[in-house]
Amino acid sequence: MIELQVNGKTYRTSAPAERPLLNVLRDELGLTGAKYGCGEGQCGACTVLLDGRAVRSCVTPLRAVGGRAVTTIEGLAPAGGLHPVQEAFLEAGALQCGYCTPGMILAAVALLSRNPDPGVAEIVRFMDGNICRCGVYPRIIAAIRSAAAKMRRSA
Amino acid sequence: MMAPDRAASETLMDRRDFFRALGGVVVVLTVEPAEGLQQAPGARSGAQQTPREIAAWLHIGEDSAITVFTGKVEVGQNIRTSLAQAVAEELRAPIERIRLVMGDTDRTPFDMGTFGSRTTPFMAPQLRRAAAAMREVLTDLAAERWGCSRERVVIRDGMVKGPGAAQTASFGELTQGKRILKEISDAAPLTPAERWSVLGASRPKVDGAAFVTGRHQFPSDLRLPGMLYGKVLRPPAFGASLVSADLSEAQRMPGVIAVRDGNFVGAAAPDEFTASQAVAAIRAEWKLTPQPGAGELFEYLKKNPAETQGFGGASRHETGSIEQGLAAADHQLRQTYTVAYIAHAPLEPRAAVAQWEEGRLTVWTGTQRPFGVRSELAQAFGLPESQVRVLVPDTGSGYGGKHTGDAAIEAARLARAAGRPVKVVWTREEEFTWAYFRPAGVIEVTSGVRRDGTVTAWEFHNYNSGPAAIRTPYSIEHQRIEFHPARSPLRQGSYRALAATANHFARETHMDELAALVGMDPLEFRLRNAKDPRLRAVLEAAAEKFGWSRRKKDPGVGYGLAAGFEKGGYVAACAEVAVDRATGSVRVVRVVEAFECGAVVNPDHLRNQVEGSIIMGLGGALFEAVEFEDGRILNPRFSAYRVPRFSDLPQIEVVLLDRKDLPPAGGGETPIVGIAPAAGNAIFDATGVRLRSLPLVPHGLKT
Repeated sequence: MIELQVNGKTYRTSAPAERPLLNVLRDELGLTGAKYGCGEGQCGACTVLLDGRAVRSCVTPLRAVGGRAVTTIEGLAPAGGLHPVQEAFLEAGALQCGYCTPGMILAAVALLSRNPDPGVAEIVRFMDGNICRCGVYPRIIAAIRSAAAKMRRSA
Repeated sequence: MMAPDRAASETLMDRRDFFRALGGVVVVLTVEPAEGLQQAPGARSGAQQTPREIAAWLHIGEDSAITVFTGKVEVGQNIRTSLAQAVAEELRAPIERIRLVMGDTDRTPFDMGTFGSRTTPFMAPQLRRAAAAMREVLTDLAAERWGCSRERVVIRDGMVKGPGAAQTASFGELTQGKRILKEISDAAPLTPAERWSVLGASRPKVDGAAFVTGRHQFPSDLRLPGMLYGKVLRPPAFGASLVSADLSEAQRMPGVIAVRDGNFVGAAAPDEFTASQAVAAIRAEWKLTPQPGAGELFEYLKKNPAETQGFGGASRHETGSIEQGLAAADHQLRQTYTVAYIAHAPLEPRAAVAQWEEGRLTVWTGTQRPFGVRSELAQAFGLPESQVRVLVPDTGSGYGGKHTGDAAIEAARLARAAGRPVKVVWTREEEFTWAYFRPAGVIEVTSGVRRDGTVTAWEFHNYNSGPAAIRTPYSIEHQRIEFHPARSPLRQGSYRALAATANHFARETHMDELAALVGMDPLEFRLRNAKDPRLRAVLEAAAEKFGWSRRKKDPGVGYGLAAGFEKGGYVAACAEVAVDRATGSVRVVRVVEAFECGAVVNPDHLRNQVEGSIIMGLGGALFEAVEFEDGRILNPRFSAYRVPRFSDLPQIEVVLLDRKDLPPAGGGETPIVGIAPAAGNAIFDATGVRLRSLPLVPHGLKT
């Protein structure tokens, strides 16, 4: 049995330690906000936070998670509420099909926790591992900038 | 190209009981049956004999809920929003009160599919007509209830008001206890664009919050009680046939069901990981047949014509005489252009969940053709279509790549064998290998131009990539334009804007070459040959915003433009590139694109589609190509197949020309066609190197 801390709750799983975190989140815990996109850590659709840092859950085996806190898109804001980054994505219209969106938002949250005021070049560098096939990149950059400003004001 | 759907239309007769059961008020819009049905062998022609097909319906329940039923699907183009706007506009009701049931073959009217930029020009007006008719029904009910004339009834913000102070009713209060079924034709009048208040304005994505919170369930997210996960054994190469398969080891694994059904071999297990292991444990023997490789592709396409009928079949357009046109020219030019196969790579791969209940099959899947997939399933399992239901939850994009029911059939096969629901989600590698591709093609252009810049002759032959936008939008006296279908070595099909991308690339590159040949400015040269005022308008708008006439010639910097027309939309793009000759690196630095598709329905979402098209188009323009050899795909992963990322992003400016006097056309496809030729022409401007193949610089600029 492996114990996982996900969105503030403790879960036990009998899945083998080499199983990717993504499969357990989606198929055992029913947390389908993290998406499968490539299985090789190249697209960022499966991004979750591990102690606040963005990781690719499709290439993160359970054994590497240990007792660290996993945050998925479902646990980013209290039920019924929105995180400022989620709000900013809606306001900027920073999605089309929305499949990359949870991963984009969690990557952006990780970026803003490291740097509350990233410039465009830093956003591009940090977010470059997240693919949006609909091509909403300019709006995602705008959303991250506006969320950053909002979070700095309320900090 | 896919074969058209065989029938599957529905008439009011088939649905009457369903509508009666709904209660409240139902407005049903019917249309004449599609031409293909009237001409089917044995069918009697003439509208009198053929029942009219249901195109759309709209329901108001006793709880005031407004429900729209449409066979279209949402794949990121945001038609759930624009169609809700269309209904809100005509019904004078808040958009928040409108719910769309989409892409459910049991509950929505038949629809050919969500492709070809057809939703905005065709489905939206139908829903608007249904909503306008619903407004009339509500007006009648109110006039009857309050004993006043219809003229004194006003509907606004989802409420109905009569002349008296207390005479106010919700839609539900008026429809309570009623069972009204109103049939209208598609000739009912619509609110003109100048008087729009909901249409024509930016509205946020309907259900947007469900997407940013992860609450929305995409097809690949669905889970049913007792569901198993399925995997399919893939052949080692295209054209391979199965000789033998030993399933015994897989079948011994706990919880695993391994299936062979003709050439289909797969397994289902309680989790995805085990299902993959089970498939890996199947010992299969395959017989390979030689397959053409990428090296001989373009010769192969020219030497292997295909006999294709109907859409996608050979076509020929001729005006004047090419020989005369060439004789009248001061210069002649003959060039060949090529485009590679590229992959849609929708971020959500093909996925389906299938469930059998007492011989009836239900499949939830991501497809642009729910009714087409229903036909595929019915055929695969020998069922009448009434025994198959396909539902399409809002899907993680398609771009023309999700027309077929492959994953749906696979899930259904495994579910039938397992006696439990089964989910199949393709891996990225399967998506890059077993889906279909944007066709590769060869285009040969022969032209003649006079010293003053008038193009006198235009001969254009496209091999395999397709006939979309093959005709030139320029006014040229002598033309011969032909499409030659070919046998494609790889499986191919629709891709956003179809061959309009390839044809615009060849045409607009060649136009640029002609401009250079006569020493004219590329903008001036195009305007000289463009008579269509809408084409001129986008060219001028893009050039103005870009500052085309003030562009500065710096070393390593180049500027290019391109324009065109397809599916009711006009586009012009100007691009600036930066080229480093030492390293060969090419960057598109800035793009200005002007787009005009009639009256704009939702400016922000249209802008989003134009921006997205430019960015997606950059991939096919600069570096995307499917590499293959011996029937195998050599780059079936994002680590090997490069798609546009944040770091590829140019500065993008979009100019929308809003023509309220013209009916709205679709905007999700045509904006993709301008970027490739604009970028290629800009590279020529920067370096003097003329590139005639897409992708332009897959490995940088090599000279």
